[in-house]
Amino acid sequence: MYAPEFQYYRAASVAEAAELLSKNPDAKILAGGHSLIPVLKLRLAAPSALIDIGRIEVLRGIECSSGTIRIGALTTHAELAASAELRARAQALAEAAGMIGDPAVRNRGTIGGNVAHADPASDLPQVLSCLGAEFLITGPQGERRLGASEFFEGLMSTALGEDEILTAIELPEAGAGEGSAYAKFAHPASRYAVIGAAAKVAANNGTCTAASVVLGGLCPAPVRAEAVERALVGRSLTDEAIGSASRATAESLDDDEVLGDVYASAGYRKAVAPVWVRRAVTAAASRSG
Amino acid sequence: MKIPISVQINGRQYDREVEPRLLLVHFIRDTLRLTGTKVGCDTSQCGSCTVLLDGVSAKSCTCLAVQADGASITTIEGLAGTDGLHQIQESFWNKHGLQCGFCTPGMIMASQELLRCNSDPSDEEIRHGLEGNLCRCTGYQNIVRAVRDAAGSMEGGSQ
Repeated sequence: MYAPEFQYYRAASVAEAAELLSKNPDAKILAGGHSLIPVLKLRLAAPSALIDIGRIEVLRGIECSSGTIRIGALTTHAELAASAELRARAQALAEAAGMIGDPAVRNRGTIGGNVAHADPASDLPQVLSCLGAEFLITGPQGERRLGASEFFEGLMSTALGEDEILTAIELPEAGAGEGSAYAKFAHPASRYAVIGAAAKVAANNGTCTAASVVLGGLCPAPVRAEAVERALVGRSLTDEAIGSASRATAESLDDDEVLGDVYASAGYRKAVAPVWVRRAVTAAASRSG
Repeated sequence: MKIPISVQINGRQYDREVEPRLLLVHFIRDTLRLTGTKVGCDTSQCGSCTVLLDGVSAKSCTCLAVQADGASITTIEGLAGTDGLHQIQESFWNKHGLQCGFCTPGMIMASQELLRCNSDPSDEEIRHGLEGNLCRCTGYQNIVRAVRDAAGSMEGGSQ
């Protein structure tokens, strides 16, 4: 399959990419290409130009300092999955990155491209929402940062303006007594998430002091399972309590929003979602204090 | 607008001008006539287009040739040395790891990546490592045996 014709520009810096973007209003940013190239091949988009940011080295890498993890937009899923720092300080992110696609996909796909594409069957949007990530954006008006609930707007739709570039993602390191995990019901052929549950739990002597549970795969944008979070806080994190709290998952799922397809209907996804929530919370609890 | 690119494939330098929309797999197959690399699903799921791009596996149907400018690439044609087949090729042959052979170049390049990351994988790790490569003939049993055989034969040796 061939993409429609486009002009190709390779940017050497974020400033150059931003300038090219302002001169080519319907251009798209190219990083690893693992979301964009399939979209072009299927002719779901026909931008006049691609601006390749793939060689801007300052956009690559993971840095931890004073409790904050900063991840450059070009960092690949393979790098996320292999990061000892993430394994220790943002377990759910490293875990989810290692479940994306397959090894060759993880070698090329980037965190920035993944979240800018905002596919509801993706993994990282729900994980980054769960972990309280912020999205750093550069545009003609300078820099701005958005929280996950502002960044992800809906089906393949984000708050990123057409003249803006996502440069990095920041998230807090796991604090004392905190653990996080990701549980995924992967489509057996595509490996996309039919359901992806991300959980972060803080515990003190086995009692839950804070919980964050976010679901993907089910709805156009990540959904916070607030009823589950409320049911966990203040409880002892036993299997029974986690199972009981997980059953509240459906309260956060709007029937009109739940997606279905030929593989898994909306009703089926809604029915099995609590199982994946329970698995994610159980794993997060086992890593908490 | 054509873009000049310079790529090293299997140790040989190629300088060409390409359309920006040209996929790396078509550059390899149609421009350079290295047809060992296959196009299967063309949607980055089946893995028959897998090559090594700067040392790591990549699906060349989901990469533009212009993105590979300056890169060093290994395709299936680059594996065998002057002294015969590469050990992974030998093991696929010995263990009947192929039937029609269409997935085999990608399967072998993905196996190369797998064994680079893990020189002594379990059967489960082999299956996970090759989950981006589909075979419609063998049922995978003999592919797993072939990779295990290659791991055993390559132990301590060079890859």
